[in-house]
Amino acid sequence: MSDNQLPLWEVFVQSKPGLPHKHSGSVHAADAEMALQNARDLYTRRNEGTSIWVVPANEIVASNPDDAESFFDPSNDKIYRHPTFYEMPEGAKHI
Amino acid sequence: MLEQAFQAKIDRDEKIEPKDWMPDDYRKHLIRQMSQHAHSEVIGMQPEGNWITRAPSLRSKVVLLAKIQDEAGHGLYLYSAAETLGISRDELLDALHEGRAKYSSIFNYPSLTWSDIGAIGWLVDGAAIVNQVSLQRTSFGPYSRAMIRICKEESFHQRQGYEIMADMALGSPEQKAMAQDSLNRWWWPSLMMFGPHDSDSPNSGNASKWKIKRESNDELRQKFIDKTIQQAEVIGLTVPDPDLKWNEERGHYDFGEIDWEEFYQVVKGNGPCNKQRLVHHKKAHDEGAWVREAAQAYAQKQREKLQVA
Repeated sequence: MSDNQLPLWEVFVQSKPGLPHKHSGSVHAADAEMALQNARDLYTRRNEGTSIWVVPANEIVASNPDDAESFFDPSNDKIYRHPTFYEMPEGAKHI
Repeated sequence: MLEQAFQAKIDRDEKIEPKDWMPDDYRKHLIRQMSQHAHSEVIGMQPEGNWITRAPSLRSKVVLLAKIQDEAGHGLYLYSAAETLGISRDELLDALHEGRAKYSSIFNYPSLTWSDIGAIGWLVDGAAIVNQVSLQRTSFGPYSRAMIRICKEESFHQRQGYEIMADMALGSPEQKAMAQDSLNRWWWPSLMMFGPHDSDSPNSGNASKWKIKRESNDELRQKFIDKTIQQAEVIGLTVPDPDLKWNEERGHYDFGEIDWEEFYQVVKGNGPCNKQRLVHHKKAHDEGAWVREAAQAYAQKQREKLQVA
């Protein structure tokens, strides 16, 4: 029988207050508390973090890279969502 | 068609991510290389662990502990990255225990003296850094990100080792002799860490086309030699190679022939410590089983309590 390595958790670390949490990697742990402690020991040994999120790996839903083209297609032709689309009268400032 | 799109992506220097389509052989190559890399980090803790209780000062003991903890961490980054390819930690460890997966042969040499700890940090980690700096640009995203993280931490290791070597080399004549002896024993095995000559390297064909490997074994080995010789000179030690000579024309050091017979013997399992390393890893793993079971039983109980409440 194969030995049990405990469930997999994905780890997200916030490096400074105010910044978003970024994916760092994963850890194995029996429960959320152990996952947090393992993540702290593994991914923040040098003050890399001010906050950690752990998420059971099988709870993460991801878009499929094979569908990326059609999935993100709706935004491709809407260049009017960018400020550079608009023509500003000459001489206008601070806009 | 899929394969063409995959190769085009690699040619554009875009990273391949775990859910992207990839050829089976690309996946297999990565699992082999990354797990070997992870196992090396973990097995590498053993020769260093050998000196924790005998470190000559509290400072050196604290530092050595931190370094060994880093090696465990590096192993875990790499296991975590390898698991994104759809292989479980159990399978990776089974392959190690059954001898189907390898680890770097350098860790099958014994750490006999305190200056060996210096030589391991300076030379073994030094050689690993040259390889890992190159691997930061590898084509598989999770592997590349793990390498970037590891490289940030690894230079502490090399400096720690070089400091030990420098202290010994500039100490009493006995200490200097001990440092020179360590250099003599670790120099050639460190050069072997880069693997066979490019002309004899069985795994590099597709690895460079797929940009898993960005520089060849011989290129990396030359880089390591070129930067290490000066460091040896600064602390008054001599590299044990009578053929070593600066080649003005090439802009590199020429060096003597590596004993490949020794290399293949150690790879095959006949090095000084092969058996000891694996037996110890298995023992530590088996003896930790009850901890994993207890943690799981506890987690299960807590979940049941929540459901009742």
